Amino acid sequence: MKKKEMVAMLLAGGQGKRLKSLTKSIAKPAVYFGGTYRIIDFPLSNCTNSGIDTVGVLTQYEPLVLSSYIGIGSDWDLNRKNGGVYVLPPHEKEDGSSWYRGTADAIYRNLKFVDQFDPEHVLILSGDHIYKMNYNAMLEYHKERNADCTISVIDVPMEEASRFGILNTEEDLKIYEFEEKPAQPKSTLASMGVYIFKWDVLRRALLEDGENPASSHDFGKDILPSLLSKGRSMYAYPFKGYWRDVGTVNSLWEANMDLLSDNPPLNLNDPAWRIYTRNPNQPAQYVAPGASVSGSIINEGCIVCGHVRHSVLFYGVEVGEGSVITDSVIMPKVKIGQNVRIHKAIISENTVIEDGMEIGTERENEDEILLIDNRNKKRRSIPVKTV
Amino acid sequence: MKQLMGVINLDHELDHLNELTYFRCGAAVPFASRYRLIDFVLSNMMHAELESVGVFVRRKYRSLMDHLGDGKSWDMNRKHGGLFILPPDWNDPTDTSLGDLQHYHNNLDFFKRASAKYIVHSGSQHINTADFQKVFDYHIQKGADVTLVYKKIDQLQPEHDPCLRLEVGEDGFVTNIHQEKTHPNVYLDLFIMEKELFLQQVEYCIAHGESYFFRDAIQKRRGNFKIAAYEYTGYHAVINSVASYYKNSLELLKREEYLSLFRDNPIQTKIKYEAPTRYLESANVSNSLVANGCVIAGTVENSVIFRGVQIHKGARVVNSVVMQKCVIEEDAVIENVILDKDVQLSRDRILVGDSKRPFVIAKSSKM
Repeated sequence: MKKKEMVAMLLAGGQGKRLKSLTKSIAKPAVYFGGTYRIIDFPLSNCTNSGIDTVGVLTQYEPLVLSSYIGIGSDWDLNRKNGGVYVLPPHEKEDGSSWYRGTADAIYRNLKFVDQFDPEHVLILSGDHIYKMNYNAMLEYHKERNADCTISVIDVPMEEASRFGILNTEEDLKIYEFEEKPAQPKSTLASMGVYIFKWDVLRRALLEDGENPASSHDFGKDILPSLLSKGRSMYAYPFKGYWRDVGTVNSLWEANMDLLSDNPPLNLNDPAWRIYTRNPNQPAQYVAPGASVSGSIINEGCIVCGHVRHSVLFYGVEVGEGSVITDSVIMPKVKIGQNVRIHKAIISENTVIEDGMEIGTERENEDEILLIDNRNKKRRSIPVKTV
Repeated sequence: MKQLMGVINLDHELDHLNELTYFRCGAAVPFASRYRLIDFVLSNMMHAELESVGVFVRRKYRSLMDHLGDGKSWDMNRKHGGLFILPPDWNDPTDTSLGDLQHYHNNLDFFKRASAKYIVHSGSQHINTADFQKVFDYHIQKGADVTLVYKKIDQLQPEHDPCLRLEVGEDGFVTNIHQEKTHPNVYLDLFIMEKELFLQQVEYCIAHGESYFFRDAIQKRRGNFKIAAYEYTGYHAVINSVASYYKNSLELLKREEYLSLFRDNPIQTKIKYEAPTRYLESANVSNSLVANGCVIAGTVENSVIFRGVQIHKGARVVNSVVMQKCVIEEDAVIENVILDKDVQLSRDRILVGDSKRPFVIAKSSKM
């Protein structure tokens, strides 16, 4: 293999329990987002757009959909002769088999994969965030400082800081302390879970960590603090764009709603930074006479005969006459009958909503987003009374 | 199906869509928000799992080749067989062939290398969703030499005038082929025959100084063959003039027409990675087809909008076809207009065509 300057390792094995039934049979990175994408499209497209052509995707939980979705990577231009995308599930070895025990362990057990490309640097990514980022600019920053490790950070509000891994730095952004979810945060620089390491430094740290039975084999809990304690040169890289963790039903809904303003903070129509995805190849969307759509994004293959306001419709959704959909996310191939009302809900793929159903229109706790699929729609919804 | 190979012959399709075919052949004309005319026959061939497909082109094929690429979009990028774009390439100094026979004569290797025993021959102007497997089964069942596909048209339109007609006997065999404008059985420019017989006839036609395979080998000498007729009953549109292009585009706004073209088998096309279409608060869209990648802030009624179109606030698009990446700025109005790709319409401009004869604005115009 030809030597690579940097190889990306994408952690995509997480279950994402807080996404409830959305991750019942798929891993979190495969969850749908933004009318046509899956979450993993964002880091994969960022790699392609940053000129990174070698990506290992570490899978574990329900890998079928994810690995068949990635395929040979041609949708992200990652079907390369030298490099490309590789799906890396846990595997048996001579000394036995076990699941990935943590984020660091997943990389540790694929040392040979990374070694074959003999990279200078390794980029560690996670598959649960929505953002557009030029990793190459971060690599330049990392090289300029001759850092052993560079961690991408985003400024978060002080009151939310205790939800994140917080970095305490000198004025020149050299890190002196890392605190995982601190009760009393000392700064607002939150780790985005995007790291660049010198491969030889990380390699040694992983070998040490792998032999340590007391370790939880996690980047945030073990690898970063241990490197810091050894006085390694570590820098924070400030990221200025849009970044959202979509680990819960509410945050997934909110990030979808962020796309709907007239000037959305995340521009998906930028030809210079396209987000690639597997194309379902559907006919153009049809908006029927008497239908209306506003403040929404709608994908191909939809047939809209009702009214859609401030909502996201994935491909192949049908909305019957007289139905009103507000503040909702409707996932692929959902069939919505006539005179249905849906408010502040996420409807799972392939759900059928019968005529006259009301979902989430008169409820007390509007902060909670209803998650509807074919199993729970009856319980959550009341047929509309006919006058 | 390995028994069938495909020929898409664009040689004698005239480029008479005015501005739309100044720089591209008819088969590459964009249609139905995100397709090109050739996508429909290619998709039919893909669904029938043909072993290999040759596209015979003579002129203005740059954009067609760009669109077809290596055939991946139709699952035709294969190790064996797949898609072959065959432009004119005459190297044989002793060659005396004429017309579309030249293509066959100069590409005998394409036919001989394929293991398929039968060929499906089609043009690109008749949009249909015919199941070639069923047509082939019918061909075998009838024990025919040639099977021609036709559709019985209840209400003939001006675009049917140049089409050939088939007279069909009660036994399902063709009794006459002519061009009488009032006859309802419109031939779809689509036939199946055995490869060996096809090549024999090509040789015979060349030896006799003829130039047009279908006319000279089949129509003129129809008495020599058992010609079966297969009646197709699904979606059908003929695109051979600006008027027929415009009319059939807007016909797709009828839900039953949309479903009859798209419901059963997806039509494949070159993939663009566009975001879903974004409707702003001020958008007002009804009875329209809209592809992905658009940003719509204005009013759209009864129109077909292609990928990546921007319609700004206060703009109005009525009874129009707006192709890829056009920009319609604030308060501009178009009615009964076809905008080719990349047209920019500046603020407050008003363009109104006739509902029977739409205005056509050429590619990349700035108005």
